Amino acid sequence: MPAVQETIDRVRSIDLDQYKYGFETTIEMEKSEKGISEDVVRFISAKKNEPEWLLEWRLDAYRRWLTMKEPEWARVSYDKVDYNDIYYYAAPKRPAAMSLDEIDPEILKTYEKLGIPLREVEVLEGIAPERRVAVDAVFDSVSVATTFKKELEKAGVIFMPISEAVREHPELVKKYLCSVVPATDNFFATLNTAVFSDGSFVYIPPGVRCPMELSTYFRINERDTGQFERTLIIADKGSYVSYLEGCTAPKRDDNQLHAAVVELVALDDAEIKYSTVQNWYPGDNDGKGGIYNFVTKRGDCRGDRSKISWTQVETGSAITWKYPSCILRGDDSRGEFYSIAVSNGMQQVDSGTKMIHLGKNTTSRIISKGISAGRSQNTYRGLVSAHKKAKGARNFTNCDSLLIGDQCGAHTVPYIESKNASAVFEHEATTSKISEDQKFYCLQRGLSEEEATALIVNGFVRDVLQQLPMEFAVEAQKLISISLEGSVG
Amino acid sequence: MAEVKNLRTGAETGLSALFESGRKSFAAEEAIGREEAFKFFEATGLPSRRVEAFKYTDLRAAITDAAPPAEAPSAEAARTAVAVAKGFATIEAARLTFVNGHLVRALSDLSGLPEGVTVTPINDAMGKGDARLKRLAPVEQARENAIYQLNTAFLADGVLIGVTAGAKPDLPLHMRFVNTGSEPFSTATRVLVDLADGAELSVLESHEGPDGLTYQPNDALDVHIGKGSVFRHSRTNTEGSAAVALSTISVKLDDEAELETVAVVTGAVLSRHQIFLNIAGENTKVVVNGAAMLRDGQLADSTLLADHAAVGGVGREQFKTVIDGNATGVFQGKIIVRQAAQQTDGKMKSDCLLLTDEGQMMNKPELEIFADDVACGHGATCGAPDEDLLFYLMARGLPRPLAQSLLVQAFLGEAIETVTHEGAREALIGEIDAWLHARG
Repeated sequence: MPAVQETIDRVRSIDLDQYKYGFETTIEMEKSEKGISEDVVRFISAKKNEPEWLLEWRLDAYRRWLTMKEPEWARVSYDKVDYNDIYYYAAPKRPAAMSLDEIDPEILKTYEKLGIPLREVEVLEGIAPERRVAVDAVFDSVSVATTFKKELEKAGVIFMPISEAVREHPELVKKYLCSVVPATDNFFATLNTAVFSDGSFVYIPPGVRCPMELSTYFRINERDTGQFERTLIIADKGSYVSYLEGCTAPKRDDNQLHAAVVELVALDDAEIKYSTVQNWYPGDNDGKGGIYNFVTKRGDCRGDRSKISWTQVETGSAITWKYPSCILRGDDSRGEFYSIAVSNGMQQVDSGTKMIHLGKNTTSRIISKGISAGRSQNTYRGLVSAHKKAKGARNFTNCDSLLIGDQCGAHTVPYIESKNASAVFEHEATTSKISEDQKFYCLQRGLSEEEATALIVNGFVRDVLQQLPMEFAVEAQKLISISLEGSVG
Repeated sequence: MAEVKNLRTGAETGLSALFESGRKSFAAEEAIGREEAFKFFEATGLPSRRVEAFKYTDLRAAITDAAPPAEAPSAEAARTAVAVAKGFATIEAARLTFVNGHLVRALSDLSGLPEGVTVTPINDAMGKGDARLKRLAPVEQARENAIYQLNTAFLADGVLIGVTAGAKPDLPLHMRFVNTGSEPFSTATRVLVDLADGAELSVLESHEGPDGLTYQPNDALDVHIGKGSVFRHSRTNTEGSAAVALSTISVKLDDEAELETVAVVTGAVLSRHQIFLNIAGENTKVVVNGAAMLRDGQLADSTLLADHAAVGGVGREQFKTVIDGNATGVFQGKIIVRQAAQQTDGKMKSDCLLLTDEGQMMNKPELEIFADDVACGHGATCGAPDEDLLFYLMARGLPRPLAQSLLVQAFLGEAIETVTHEGAREALIGEIDAWLHARG
């Protein structure tokens, strides 16, 4: 059955033309020379005051990247990026700020406009002081502010821009950087390794439950630049952290590249919860402009009984190429992936996850909802694999798509590879598969079939959204009640 | 940036040489496009795992030698081989016999066919420029497939089967493909079935050969189902233990056409069965099932593409794989629903039972949907037989192996119970029993 009017209206209300983060901040910027070369790599490394070993890593990656080909397997088509026509480094000219008062007021204003609290006091005076969030704000290529650093330090938590961590905690960075996503992993990850500018570094010591949510807010501002942030989160034994990520960019007619790498490492009994609300500028209704979002995100459940959970709400970007994955290496480890991807206008999304079961009794769960409207194409692409040694591995996958209008497309490309008999994999993609028993129960109590379905589906979607920390839930709220009538696999 | 170009393998160069030397003896047949097909192959080579559609079945690695096309067998050799052929042998049917890919007219019911059914050897049809040859290759996607194009390039024999409007013969048509010999060879057969409007036909297809012989059958079946017609098709692959068996079915359906096809695989060290459906007519009905039972060293690949281009198509696709020992099962299914194909109702499912830890199953059930008023779904499961169910049966006094056999039988049975022709259904269940029996 086709989507009902209410759903159509709701999706329209988050239409592209209403992209409210599309403003531009005028500010004096310092940039690397245009294009990419060994000199540019050296320039970035020098700007960050980096040790020699990291520069070597970067140069190795750069040379490797020159031999690589841009991947073409994803179900997206776009004008190829001219890698020599963008700036790989752009930073506000004012010297690095020691306190908020020294930050360029224009930048502060930008974040205020975006609704991101950089002043701790404002947060403290907020109505719900117990829900405090430490923010690392990344503006083009540099981190401009990190809040609550002191309080986090008290708990032993390290939360700082990665460029600072390289200098202050080189042993941790050296040990974990590129250990989940190797420098040679793929075209965009290798490029990122060569030119990455800023991003967040998080280390949670053993047994510590991070006292507040950590968050990074990425903003692309400067024209013709690419953003190549790098995030590394390490949860040591028995620790817990919840991390949020948000992103926006100005409205422009040309495309901008965002090629980030996120690495998560969870040791024994640790848990990392990573949430994203991705709201890069998606381009206008005719597909002009917008961000190319080519991101490599991967979590490594390295320790036994560790857990990594990805939650994403994807509404932005002209092109999305993104597969947050979990390597379930430790025995009894668990990976989760919850995703709602909404595409509109001319957007193209090719997103999904990989759950790679290596350890014994590892479990994973994939819940993906794709909603396509306008003339967009929305693809779920996922891999679930069980290694021979992954005895007792379990996966449950459910991916539903909804089409609104007859100009768009929804696609599902799951790969399910099982290499041992004790692994149990289930993949399903129909609404009717949602428990007939539950539906029957509701019908018995006098609900119509549609009401019953809506009730069950809404309960189920809320389940996904509950994975989001409250701060992000607001943005995601708009999608909550999009019921999935007329769903197709 | 560096461009890596694959070197041609021995098998690829060998195939080119065979094509060149065979060129003189090929019948004049512009209609089938042999040269273009070979050009396609020359450009792409044997597909390797780098080609998405062959990700799990690497033909470039599996086919190391280009086996020469089989010679037509002697009358004696054909008779001996057919005498021991088992597939669908006990079912009353009109029979067409192929030995090593050559139609054996003496062992085929070319005359005395049921009313409304005609059979023309493809070589005769090519000689006369039969207009029906234009109906070959009814699905565009099949023409972009290396296996199908190799079949076209090396096409050696086959038949055109016609069913006149409204004809509904009682007897099924049995095409038995028997392979025999002691030296490696390859075959390339093509059968075209053309059902006029309102007709019905049941076709049984059996493929068998001796264990230990390295041979490479490549069989293609093209079907055009006219308006309101029904085509039913059951296929068994009990090829020899060293065979590399490639097969393709491509079907075009007109309005209200119905297709029922099931393929049961127990043979060949490597098999790939491809099904391409062009659902061009409105309100069609399609049932595509498969059951594969695999033992040590085997790889069986079922690849399905259902392209819904018109309103109201109903599709039910169900594939079952049972893996015993170090074998690999592959299922790749893709449902495309084009913008015009509103109210499509498609369900595709692939289930796998792994009986031992050494086996592996690769599932890739894909959906590509451009219409907003459809109900499409896919499911895939994989795991060992349910211990609770085994316990239930064992608690009733059945020994474990028997309990497991019963579960496997029931599991595979779901893919076979939709077969309309009773004799065919029983014969297919017989194949399951024989496999379980041989397993012990």
